[in-house]
Amino acid sequence: MNKERINKLLNKLPTHLIIILTIIIWVVPTLGLLVTSLRPPEAVGSTGWWTVFAARSVGGPYATYCAECHGADGKAIPQADLSNPNLIAKYPRSLQLLALLRKDINGQPHMGDNPLPSPQEAADITNDLRGLSGTGASAGKFTFNNYIDALVGYRGRSTYTADCAAGTQPPDIKCNLSDILNPRGMGRAFINSLLVTLPATLLPILFAAFAGYAFAWLDFKGRFLLFALLVGLQVVPLQMTLVPISRFYAQVGLNGTFLGVWLFHTGFGMPYAIYLMRNFLGTLPRDLFESAYLDGASHWTAFRQLVIPLAMPAIASLGIFQFLWVWNDLLVSLVFLGGTTPVMTYQISNMVTSLGSGWQVLTAAAFLSMLLPMIVFFSLQRYFVRGMLAGAVKG
Amino acid sequence: MATPQDISKPATTPEVAVRRKPVRASSAPPVPEIMKQGGLVPWLYLLPALVVMTFFIVYPMVNTIGLSFLNKNGTASAATTCREGQPCWGVFENYRYALTAEFNTSSPGAFWNSFWSSSYGNTIKWIIVMVFGTVSVGLGFAVLADRVQYEALAKAIIFMPMAISFVGAGVIWKFVYDYGTSQNQIGLLNAMITSLGGRPVAWLSTTPINTYMIVLVGIWIWSGFCMTILAAALKSVPDEILEAARVDGATEWTVFWRIMVPIILPTITVVVTTMVINVLKLFDLVYVMTGGNFQTDVIANRMYTEMYKNFNVGRGTAVAVVLVLAIIPFIYYNVRRFLEQEAMR
Repeated sequence: MNKERINKLLNKLPTHLIIILTIIIWVVPTLGLLVTSLRPPEAVGSTGWWTVFAARSVGGPYATYCAECHGADGKAIPQADLSNPNLIAKYPRSLQLLALLRKDINGQPHMGDNPLPSPQEAADITNDLRGLSGTGASAGKFTFNNYIDALVGYRGRSTYTADCAAGTQPPDIKCNLSDILNPRGMGRAFINSLLVTLPATLLPILFAAFAGYAFAWLDFKGRFLLFALLVGLQVVPLQMTLVPISRFYAQVGLNGTFLGVWLFHTGFGMPYAIYLMRNFLGTLPRDLFESAYLDGASHWTAFRQLVIPLAMPAIASLGIFQFLWVWNDLLVSLVFLGGTTPVMTYQISNMVTSLGSGWQVLTAAAFLSMLLPMIVFFSLQRYFVRGMLAGAVKG
Repeated sequence: MATPQDISKPATTPEVAVRRKPVRASSAPPVPEIMKQGGLVPWLYLLPALVVMTFFIVYPMVNTIGLSFLNKNGTASAATTCREGQPCWGVFENYRYALTAEFNTSSPGAFWNSFWSSSYGNTIKWIIVMVFGTVSVGLGFAVLADRVQYEALAKAIIFMPMAISFVGAGVIWKFVYDYGTSQNQIGLLNAMITSLGGRPVAWLSTTPINTYMIVLVGIWIWSGFCMTILAAALKSVPDEILEAARVDGATEWTVFWRIMVPIILPTITVVVTTMVINVLKLFDLVYVMTGGNFQTDVIANRMYTEMYKNFNVGRGTAVAVVLVLAIIPFIYYNVRRFLEQEAMR
């Protein structure tokens, strides 16, 4: 009995291994993003994010090369106190440190008769030095400063909180609550994204419910042909329609307005939304409608009191789909909103391409933009999958 | 489009499946006499949708085709942009540019090389690698995850990238691919390579691997999509057939290739065509990760570059039309599939 169970387990072992390995490949990059967004800037630039999981080796190259003269706590030579943050700040990387070590001190080689550390060891020593001086990763392994910097759009050399405390903030930062609305920040972009997404989700659902009802339960000439046309329109690429619309918007002054983006997303989301609605509504029992009409209900009554309540599962699927589509869209907001009313995806793509800010702020910004879709996705996954299975092509 | 009828039997609720009634062939469900109230009413319900669709899809498509025959600003015929002594296709001048500008025709070898590093060659690489990658990862994972207790969790994790934006995914992977010039590699991939004694690689600026590195990100994003649809199809394969084959001594490998794959082949076709369309339209990833530089350009990004960086309306729209021409076979396929399904309802 026991042997049988072990055999069974061994047979399944390759399956488990492949699945777990795949899961690791899927999770680790995102984990790296999250960890990096929580690390202090100096640490992000100097060591890999995975080192936060490793126990800090206090010995290592520092003990081999430096501890003999400087002492284990770095304070043995008062003229070169390694626990002094201002001194350590001059040697952020292995390059500067090696340059110092190659120079003579008081006419003697810095390292005496000992060999120079290798570049890799020197890099490790700089980390240890930061630890000793209390400025490195060990000073505080994690911080929320990157999120604050990302939210307010801080692009200085320090952090928002430090700059504001010292009064040396950049001119576009006011150090009060209004900074959250700074056009360069993710806080403002979050609000813009919400303002774009909510109407651009609700409007298509409403229009699609009307049209889906007509296609499923009303009789009119050309119904089938029109619907087949709609199926074809689902695959039309966005790129095909951008230019004329942006030219038209420029003429009527809709460029850079929310209304323009809402309408564009509504128009473009329509074929898929109607397709989904019609297929769902078509599966509702016919007797339901027949008896409603026999009781004297008009189409409008039937629509409001039968279709809308019964179509809730389809509305949920559609809502999630459209929400994620609009929230995650870059192309439409890039073309129609641009930098005047930046949404989150635009803001991040701008940070990536202009290389203005370090990884720590970029990762924090990216994580902020994923927060809401992740919550929506994990809480309503069932509806998302259902919507996807009902019509896979979109966009 | 995968409709609930053919691939997602477990996903649709049972009562919905039971209540579906046989309907006249190749037509929408008939409407009972009592429900026909007035000829104008249906159009009132259709009106908002038809208006926005006409204005935002149909009209711009026609307009785009027109603009593709005009010059930079859409003010005169494209033929006027021809230069003396240069090849010229008359009003099709923008198409000459869209189709041939990236190619070096001095010799067959140079042409071959320039083709594979052009936006067209890259798009073909994308289609082949990405479709093969997503479908095989998706199918493999769907089959394997079916056998373990933590199936739901495992699938949710693989599916998770579908919820985040291409921009977010681009940032995640750009960080994995980061190439440091100093000793410390903070990008995971290069850190792994250096810790094994290798030399770090600038993944996103080294041609030709950079295109494939971005395709990998695409596979990471879209595998979950393929997995979900294929898993739903796999669940509809009757257990009795699989058990019968196993009792007869068929190996799992044989069961997979000889029974599962043939049964779900229609769904695989749907997934493949959907993925090809997705790849053709893909813009964000390339835009965020390399901006189309270092020979990683694709058709969709090139359209953006021509239109919104070079501000050339004629050339931008010509590239867009080329993109649509590539998609038309799939539009045809989609409509035909829809007609077949309707006939079966």
